[in-house]
Amino acid sequence: MKRLALATLLSLSLGAFAQADKTDFAIAIKDHKFSPDRIEVPAGKKVKLVVENQDATPEEFESHSLKVEKVIPGKSKATIFIGPLKAGEYKFVGEFNEKTAKGVIVAK
Amino acid sequence: MFGTALIVFREVLEAALIVGIVAAATTGIPGRMRYIAGGLAAGLVGSILVAFGAEKISQLAEGMGQELFNASILGIAVVMLAWHNIWMSVHGRELAASAKQLGRDVVSGARELSVVLVVIAVAVLREGSETVLFLYGVAISGDASQGAMIAGGAIGLVGGVAVGYFLFKGLLRIPLRHFFTATSALVLLLAAGMAAQAARFLIQADMLPSLASPLWDTSGVVDNSSLLGKLLQGLLGYDAQPSGMQMIFFVAVFAAILLGMSWARKRAAEPSTATPVTT
Repeated sequence: MKRLALATLLSLSLGAFAQADKTDFAIAIKDHKFSPDRIEVPAGKKVKLVVENQDATPEEFESHSLKVEKVIPGKSKATIFIGPLKAGEYKFVGEFNEKTAKGVIVAK
Repeated sequence: MFGTALIVFREVLEAALIVGIVAAATTGIPGRMRYIAGGLAAGLVGSILVAFGAEKISQLAEGMGQELFNASILGIAVVMLAWHNIWMSVHGRELAASAKQLGRDVVSGARELSVVLVVIAVAVLREGSETVLFLYGVAISGDASQGAMIAGGAIGLVGGVAVGYFLFKGLLRIPLRHFFTATSALVLLLAAGMAAQAARFLIQADMLPSLASPLWDTSGVVDNSSLLGKLLQGLLGYDAQPSGMQMIFFVAVFAAILLGMSWARKRAAEPSTATPVTT
């Protein structure tokens, strides 16, 4: 029983370790612009983006090369997982305000 | 105004292609237009509800509610389209042969039509809710005047619907001999493409690994954000940079539906066990 508990604990902590292995990056949307609009992330790793939409209007975070499509309601945060990416540049846009909301992820 | 028109057009296009294909693929089933209209109406009402519940949906499943929701409705559409194609592989020719003989096989026809209703409703729901959210954003941001926004939205809507309508009319011109083969092939690709999209959402939610990503990159030839790319995506499930997992979903669903179709045809050919289909 004790051994089982220990094994569970071990696997849980391993799971937590695997989670921590993903790196977090924060992006804000304000006045239909991303900031920062250029983010460097490690290549070959799953990366977690936390996008905070500070505008009152909804925005759609979209990128074909990153394979992401996510609506972010006004005044809210969204978590987006990307990668593992090969080294290179990946453009993303806010589809609802494509003229101003542009950014690029650089995987190194 | 043109920005609004373009975005609405892009969102409407995908749903319009699906409606066009399904409308053509169900030719000959009596009363189908009522079900198609019902699906459209249900989808539109659903879009508004989903758009205004977007924040709540997003917060579900530890912030992955939107991905799960999208993957689920795509999954429902895949199952319904699969069922449609398998049903049609047995009854399609029969319907063509007796296109004027109303009331035939009404029971399974009605079941088939409720499948059509669901497919259309979820297609409209998925694209429609994004459109509603977008228009809502434009409306409250006050960037464009209300009139321009309504005009832009209307242009986009009409444009998208027109493409779907031309597809529908174009498909109807295919000679009867090839008609069911053509529409079945389109529905098959549609279902497989949707399965691949569902996989993409599950990868985005970190519930599936992407495996090799991208398997290839043809975005230099036809990009998914271009109009042609959008059309090919809606019709054939085209993806310029697919991941390995998406490919697995595409191929698996494609193969499963094909197998189901040939199994159903074989079963229908056995006269003793099959339920009588004659009137």
